[in-house]
Amino acid sequence: MSGPSTYVPKSAIGRWFESRLPVMGLVHSSFVAYPTPKNLNYWWTFGAILSFMLVAQIVTGVVLAMHYTPHTTMAFNSVEHIMRDVNWGWMLRYLHANGASMFFLAVYIHIARGLYYGSYKAPREILWILGVIIFLLMMATAFMGYVLPWGQMSFWGATVITNLFSAIPLVGDAITTWLWGGYSVDNPTLNRFFSLHYLLPFMIAAVVGLHVWALHVVGQNNPAGVDIKDVEKDSVPFTPHATLKDATGIAAFVILYAWFVFFIPNFLGDSDNYIMANPLQTPPHIVPEWYFLPFYAILRAIPSKLGGVIFMFGAIVMLVLLPWLDTSKVRSAVYRPVYKILFWVFIACVIGLGYLGSQPPEGGAVLAARILTAYYFAHFLVILPLLGLFETPRPVPASIAESVLKGDTTELGKA
Amino acid sequence: MATTSTADPTRRDMLYIATGAASAVAIGAVAWPFISQMNPDASTLALSSTELDISAIPEGQIVTIKWRGKPVFVRHRTKKEIKEAEDVPLAQLPDPQTDQARVKKPEWLVVVGVCTHLGCIPLGHQGPFDGWFCPCHGSAYDTSGRIRQGPAPRNLEVPDYAFLTDTKIKIG
Ligand code: HEM
Ligand code: FES
Repeated sequence: MSGPSTYVPKSAIGRWFESRLPVMGLVHSSFVAYPTPKNLNYWWTFGAILSFMLVAQIVTGVVLAMHYTPHTTMAFNSVEHIMRDVNWGWMLRYLHANGASMFFLAVYIHIARGLYYGSYKAPREILWILGVIIFLLMMATAFMGYVLPWGQMSFWGATVITNLFSAIPLVGDAITTWLWGGYSVDNPTLNRFFSLHYLLPFMIAAVVGLHVWALHVVGQNNPAGVDIKDVEKDSVPFTPHATLKDATGIAAFVILYAWFVFFIPNFLGDSDNYIMANPLQTPPHIVPEWYFLPFYAILRAIPSKLGGVIFMFGAIVMLVLLPWLDTSKVRSAVYRPVYKILFWVFIACVIGLGYLGSQPPEGGAVLAARILTAYYFAHFLVILPLLGLFETPRPVPASIAESVLKGDTTELGKA
Repeated sequence: MATTSTADPTRRDMLYIATGAASAVAIGAVAWPFISQMNPDASTLALSSTELDISAIPEGQIVTIKWRGKPVFVRHRTKKEIKEAEDVPLAQLPDPQTDQARVKKPEWLVVVGVCTHLGCIPLGHQGPFDGWFCPCHGSAYDTSGRIRQGPAPRNLEVPDYAFLTDTKIKIG
């Protein structure tokens, strides 16, 4: 792999600068000369799409903060003020609110890509765990952002989620009071959530830096799941190949994003959030934003408070442990006939949980959520450890070049 | 200088340990204000009691008032409701407590209107036990505000309160 040393700036000023701070060399080796596997398909453009969405959220967020007021008596009205009075305010807010959904859509696809092609396996465990940390920070950021407009769902979502901490034995109530800065979700809570909502995206950016660094140390996985052996035959330089492919992916994704923003900006939102927060009245049916629904379903499926909280966080711990739970040596599902099917069963299970999370917790929905919760955990704790021992994989190609020539890895979208 | 790594503690080792220990204390002392600032402030603590005239609450009705930012239910219980609450065997309760231990006068039940599961406000006169039903995740409370069914772990909390007169109570 090319190191910073191979880069020589063309101009004299460039060379002068480079010998003092080799930042152009870093950029060159990471995003120009960097060898990318030549068989990458469009599922590999979601990393770039996610970077784009992070920047989009920060830019729209910073300008929204210029017009927003984090006080319980004014927050709701200041968001309406953004919608009605501020120049282009309606667009900036819809970009930010729908941007959060698009960000999660992209991260779920990105995670599913990793699951399908075994990107979490050695030597990419740290890369994968950094990804899970980004996912957790994103959830915290989006949760606190959703509290800011101070509508009914903002308030009651914040109440239910902060109360999760009260399940902790002995110190739970003290921690919850500390988080709230009072005896219920109130002005101190709104204020600190605004402060943290502004901070966390920059922490995400820092972890993304580590994530990309780890990626460039171990190299990208690819649909064949075999490493680059011969840089000449197996890879192409990042620029122009990956740069342009990523740009194409981003452009397509932006069309979807714009379609939501300009045609159905409230489709993913809850209409109860256009009612100002009322601490004395819980809406009849509390639902979180769509991207939290599978976890919410797990929380409600367990008939015990502490148990529900443990299982909900446990669902994410499964992702952290995954590199060691999957015992198969073969990375890509392309060469794992049984895993390939079970991957889709798992995806269906998560979507099913998401649907159940949106339904009132009554009758059949509760039972179904319990069954799917059991399956979710069984997938990680029983199926994956055993499958690696019993499954007979198809022959794995000797190299990326060979898999391309055989046309093995073109089934999920041609490179 | 190579001799400093001998087994015998030296004066220098002592200084290292003392410096390290002092630094740990200093870091803790500096961190505490940053943690403590998030706890309820003086103005929040000041809003800690509320009074209510209960003479206008007819039998069977529940009145909700706000105390420390949370709803408190004051319920004027009917004879039937009191009997239901008193007759339940303790063995049937997830969080066993007698009705007598939860009221000062049997006709009046005063509880914090916050579901002990995740903090929603339960709806009065609903659910299988006639007390409250929480719409969020389906916890059902009885006419003593005790948890009977669903994910909530504890009974509705009874706040500190006192009868100032026969018709006036003070909460907090
Ligand atoms: C990781 C990136 C981010 C995510 C996922 C995110 C998510 C959200 C969400 C879901 C909302 C609620 C939108 C609504 O329903 O109205 C929101 C609101 C808000 N966010 Fe962010 N945000 C991010 C970054 C930022 C940044 C960097 C700022 C900078 C200060 C910011 C400032 C705001 C403000 C002022 C609001 C309230 C206005 C409104 O509700 O539209 N956000 N955010
Ligand atoms: S908050 Fe009442 S049942 Fe969950």
